[in-house]
Amino acid sequence: MSDLLTIAGNTYSSRLLIGTGKYKDFEETRDAIETSGAEIVTVAIRRTNIGQNADEPNLLDYITPDKYTILPNTAGCFTAEDAVRCCKLARELLDGHDLVKLEVLGDQKTLYPNITHTLHAARELIDDGFKVMVYTNDDPIVAKELEDMGCVAVMPLGSLIGSGLGILNPHNIKLIMEEAKVPIIVDAGVGTASDAALAMEMGCDGVLLNSAVAHAQKPVLMASAMKKAIEAGREAFLAGRMPRKAYASASSPLDGLSR
Amino acid sequence: MKLIVNGDTLSLDGNTIADLVAQLELTGRRLAVEVNRDIIPKSQHADFTLNEGDVLEIVHAIGGG
Repeated sequence: MSDLLTIAGNTYSSRLLIGTGKYKDFEETRDAIETSGAEIVTVAIRRTNIGQNADEPNLLDYITPDKYTILPNTAGCFTAEDAVRCCKLARELLDGHDLVKLEVLGDQKTLYPNITHTLHAARELIDDGFKVMVYTNDDPIVAKELEDMGCVAVMPLGSLIGSGLGILNPHNIKLIMEEAKVPIIVDAGVGTASDAALAMEMGCDGVLLNSAVAHAQKPVLMASAMKKAIEAGREAFLAGRMPRKAYASASSPLDGLSR
Repeated sequence: MKLIVNGDTLSLDGNTIADLVAQLELTGRRLAVEVNRDIIPKSQHADFTLNEGDVLEIVHAIGGG
């Protein structure tokens, strides 16, 4: 069955997008990401260490741009100006690659998105030719505004970044999906496989996660679980669940019993 | 000449961004370079002449979610 995720005209067979943060080392990062089956992989852009470990390994030697779609994020940016600057550096770093994950954060405690700055940054980036996948809250009005502006994917949080609390307001995510014409990807909050499966059963187009795998006791095994959860949830969505009923309905015929 | 690179003062024995990158033993690495807040494309690193007091940012990709 051909069931592809399309983002900005490119198609992907995996609906799991995965981050590269918080792993023990690059070997574990590589193994977990390979196991997850993800094709879109997020990275952060930071200052190069000067004058130390000149031969230290580089993330992009392990997660290579010829194998994965590298999605640079603006994590750590608290203003639109910083986020736009970060995206421009990423584009230079990745030889003109213009797909970015925009996140502009509000404060350290919650890492909740600052929507005012997010809207400003999205506008500026889109005008500059970037394809913007945007991290946002689960407000359907804001999500629609970001889509109308030209973002190529809208990525509402399930719950706070790194919290592992799952999808706290599935009703809002459904409201966002009802109106959306671009992919809706739950970004942040997934804690374990059932959270990812739930997002997909609801009809989300994909899930972006990092901590749930990197902070699992066995990250590579959790990466495998996430791959299956995403696939199972997607198939369940496409299959269409049975209606919920208040009372029992026998699966075996009640007639014809031996008396 | 004295430069400020990623927030630290540094003395460069040379003139260009490529000289600086070589001095830092970063030649061939996947990097992006800003000089006084302007991004200088890789294709210009060999020719771009730095000046005393220039403020540079050199960034790379690291793990992130």
